[in-house]
Amino acid sequence: MTVTEVYKAQELVYELKVGEIMTRRVLTVTPDMTMHQVKNLMRDNRISGLPVLVNEKLVGIVSIEDLIVTMERGELETSVSEHMTIGVYTIYEDESVIQALNKFTKTGVGRLPVVSRAGKLVGIITPDDITRGVLKALQVAYHEEEIRRYRASHLFQDIASDQTKLLLTYAVPPRDFNLAGRASSQLKLALGRLGVDPRIVRRVAIAAYEAEMNIVIHSTSGGHLCAEVTSERIVVQAVDQGPGIPDVQKALQPGYSTAPDWIREMGFGAGMGFTNIRNCVDEFSLESSLDKGTRLEAVVYLHLGEELPDEATPDR
Amino acid sequence: MKLRQIAKKLALTVKAGETGLDAEVTGGYASDLLSCAMAGAHKGNVWVTLQGHLNIVAIASLDELAGIIVTENKPIAQDTLAKAEEEGIPILASPLTTFEIVGRLWEMGVRT
Repeated sequence: MTVTEVYKAQELVYELKVGEIMTRRVLTVTPDMTMHQVKNLMRDNRISGLPVLVNEKLVGIVSIEDLIVTMERGELETSVSEHMTIGVYTIYEDESVIQALNKFTKTGVGRLPVVSRAGKLVGIITPDDITRGVLKALQVAYHEEEIRRYRASHLFQDIASDQTKLLLTYAVPPRDFNLAGRASSQLKLALGRLGVDPRIVRRVAIAAYEAEMNIVIHSTSGGHLCAEVTSERIVVQAVDQGPGIPDVQKALQPGYSTAPDWIREMGFGAGMGFTNIRNCVDEFSLESSLDKGTRLEAVVYLHLGEELPDEATPDR
Repeated sequence: MKLRQIAKKLALTVKAGETGLDAEVTGGYASDLLSCAMAGAHKGNVWVTLQGHLNIVAIASLDELAGIIVTENKPIAQDTLAKAEEEGIPILASPLTTFEIVGRLWEMGVRT
């Protein structure tokens, strides 16, 4: 299981509701039944706990532990009411699975009766149900991602035209270092789903990240990053409306940077952005003017059907 | 070698991304400049840095790094840890300097 899938499982315990994974068919007993009857019910149905109801209202629970004690004392013919646990922990059917897990940990009980908001017993949940439920949901989620990936990767074959272009556009706000990297991460994910070779995805992602950071760090009002994908090539464009680069040739020199100190302290502004981009892409162009802003274009060819060199990486 | 073994041997504190600790470490890289890390670090590498802000996770994610070691116990922003947790990228902390950490990693057999 990969890291992303583990994370997905964590996410699922927040999303899944108790009602979706609980056992619905619940056997119940009444307080006047004997422990002998409880023993038979547990044995025949291979269960370890039974909710005790009076007029459909939950009054307690009798567990296999209670049964063992009863058997040790030789009191099998006594009634459930003498052995059941009163004041049972319950959980609502619309609570999330994580709340159930927390309740299991906190109380140490092995099962929780599930009640509706109206107070009616609707099911029962055990840690086993959770494991099974999460695994099942995970499988569904995995399957859905597979389908998304499959659909996306067939886009260019399934849609008939002389030239199909997919345009992905992302807004990049200025000086927001919390959102910085979002556009390139999403682009990376999208290209992966489109079935682009991972080595090409890496090159495009590096170029896109550097271009995105340039907009975040330098632009006055933000800009946008877009990627035009065809079956032959990916064109990345990073465009902003200012302030523009005074000396483009100088800006292209490795190590040249105009980033202020506070940005350098965060590790940006090494003056290697354009160098990194150029080393990752097949074609590169940069236009800038002080009144209009900056437009960067980078092209990566997909070389479909050709063997790629092992790991394409920018110069060190 | 797994990141978990490295964390144990170098007495690193796991700050986030516990789930990624069993990733195989393919090598290492050290720099505090993000552009250099992005260009120089490779998939599966462990990255040693002084930086603790959110974008180290973006770099690690883009480069598919095995994890990040933040040296000299530099403060790591809460949102960095949250994002690392979300992406399953381990962030490990140490009071040692980058120089010492890299030296020990090299001794353990971690190469570029």
